[in-house]
Amino acid sequence: MNIKDIFLFTIHAVTSNRIRTILMLVAMSIGVGSVVILTSIGEGARHYVTDEFSALGTNLIIVLPGRTETAGNQAGMLFGKTPRDLTVYDADSIHRSPYIKQIAPISVGSATISYKQRSREGPVIGSSASLLDIRHWEMAQGKFLPVMDYDRGSPVCVIGAETKRELFANENPLGKWLRIGDRRFRVIGVIASEGRSVGVDVEKLVIVPVASAIAIFDNPSLFRIMVESKNRDMVPSAIKDVERIIRERHQGKDDVTLITQDAVLGTFDKIFTALTFTVAGIGAISLFVAGILIMNVMLVTVSQRTSEIGLLKAIGASKQQITILFMGEAALLSLIGALAGIGFGILVTQTAEIFFPKMTLVAPWWALVAAMATAITTGILFGLLPARRAARLDPVTALSRR
Amino acid sequence: MIRLEKVERIFQVGDQQVTALNKVDLNIEAGEYISIMGPSGSGKSTLLNILGLLDRPNRGQYLLDGKDVTSLTDDEQAFTRQQKIGFVFQFFHLIPRLTAEANIELPMILAGIPEQERKDRIHTVLKAIGLENRADHRPDQLSGGQLQRIAIARATIMQPKVLLADEPTGNLDQHSGGEIIQLLEDLNSKGLTLIIVTHDMNIGKRARRRIRIVDGQISADETGVA
Repeated sequence: MNIKDIFLFTIHAVTSNRIRTILMLVAMSIGVGSVVILTSIGEGARHYVTDEFSALGTNLIIVLPGRTETAGNQAGMLFGKTPRDLTVYDADSIHRSPYIKQIAPISVGSATISYKQRSREGPVIGSSASLLDIRHWEMAQGKFLPVMDYDRGSPVCVIGAETKRELFANENPLGKWLRIGDRRFRVIGVIASEGRSVGVDVEKLVIVPVASAIAIFDNPSLFRIMVESKNRDMVPSAIKDVERIIRERHQGKDDVTLITQDAVLGTFDKIFTALTFTVAGIGAISLFVAGILIMNVMLVTVSQRTSEIGLLKAIGASKQQITILFMGEAALLSLIGALAGIGFGILVTQTAEIFFPKMTLVAPWWALVAAMATAITTGILFGLLPARRAARLDPVTALSRR
Repeated sequence: MIRLEKVERIFQVGDQQVTALNKVDLNIEAGEYISIMGPSGSGKSTLLNILGLLDRPNRGQYLLDGKDVTSLTDDEQAFTRQQKIGFVFQFFHLIPRLTAEANIELPMILAGIPEQERKDRIHTVLKAIGLENRADHRPDQLSGGQLQRIAIARATIMQPKVLLADEPTGNLDQHSGGEIIQLLEDLNSKGLTLIIVTHDMNIGKRARRRIRIVDGQISADETGVA
């Protein structure tokens, strides 16, 4: 028997019993399809999150007040002292490092923002001129905050698209005065509505100079400082410098936490890759179930075709040949089912992309390979038992059954 | 060519032992035309199964072409069947999803005969049985007589030495039964050893050698015109 003969024989067997074949194909394609769909979602989520973060730039170092690792054991805790605040003066002093391109101190709070009769409660950010470049925002109208000293307030603000829409409707907001808390600010710019950004929704923001925010919230402590090194290679040197400068200013205490964009990105990447593997594993369970179904159906097939097996034996088929013919059927069905499943999975994910255009849903190549391989392997493995049962049938008994 | 020596076949039915063949001795020469007759359960089918290497005797020896075939492995026996023995069954045993042509081709596929030679042989045999224009028909599109002719073509396509026919006309009407016997006798006249198991006296007595089995033993073995 050559491959072509085996193929033709199994093709005939597979096509002659349509319901059986369709059932097995459906089972297999659901299994493979679910692996494709689930891994596509996992990969889509990973891309989405990592894209978000890399959009912020990979040269970014975020300085947070407090040292998370040692917070519980700090001497200061015993005396009821919270970690030392991070201030605009700390931010200013970081400029000394030669590795640093720009810095944006960030102070965050929530305040009532009102214009004429309209008012809304929303997040207010205090920062500096360099924030625009650090976060890669674009201006829709007007200008961003002017360059000025961190300790100098100025009654100007920049607003997001939604804030503009809700407070000003169709009015041109530039030059208008709005009220944040009990202070008045002149609108000098509107940020272009950006599709996505991690953390805060840009569209809802109001941004004021950092000194003004400190005054509004009456809180000198910064939420964080965003530091951008001159290039990616300088990130480690910049970290050292920032740590040194802050330590000097904080009486020799390492009481800030530095996070690099790269580390955050790497962590998310790992988490989501693990997630994708997990969902692929869940999908593989349905492949396993499909394998069991194939075994069941093949066992039924063997008992239905007992007399055919008897005949094959009578005309000289060896045990190996009968095993190959029946396993070939299981393998062929699994292969077609797997291909159908990949098609089905891609169809579903492509359709889903139409509804969720922000996500790119593409199954990773390893998932396609693994799903195909698992499908065919389970098909063959679970086809083995029925095939061997067929091969071991006693020809006299097999032939006596019509 | 075929030599059985003290062949015994005992079946275990529940806790009872049933002797289907009791120390049967039998010699068959190449080219013989033999009918095996006997009442139901006399052991004639068991004898045919043992001759066809589908079943193994519990005791005794079976020499085929001078070679002891009882000690062969299953696969060696399968190979011997493929090369030397053809079967014709009462219920034809054609594979329903395959065409007449594909059914005839099956033994040659298993034997690994090249495709072109397979086609040539099928063409020749279909012509010989007068079914050239039925090559593409499936079993459900053919009459009983045609089915049995296809089955005979399949049984002889490997050019075996012996053809074993188990009630070949048992499922056919008088007319097509007669045609089948004629076809088998034609093959025998060309040198093929023919062994027919039958209930039908009229068919049984046409054979040159008539063996009668009762209770697992050969009770009569006549040669010559009945």
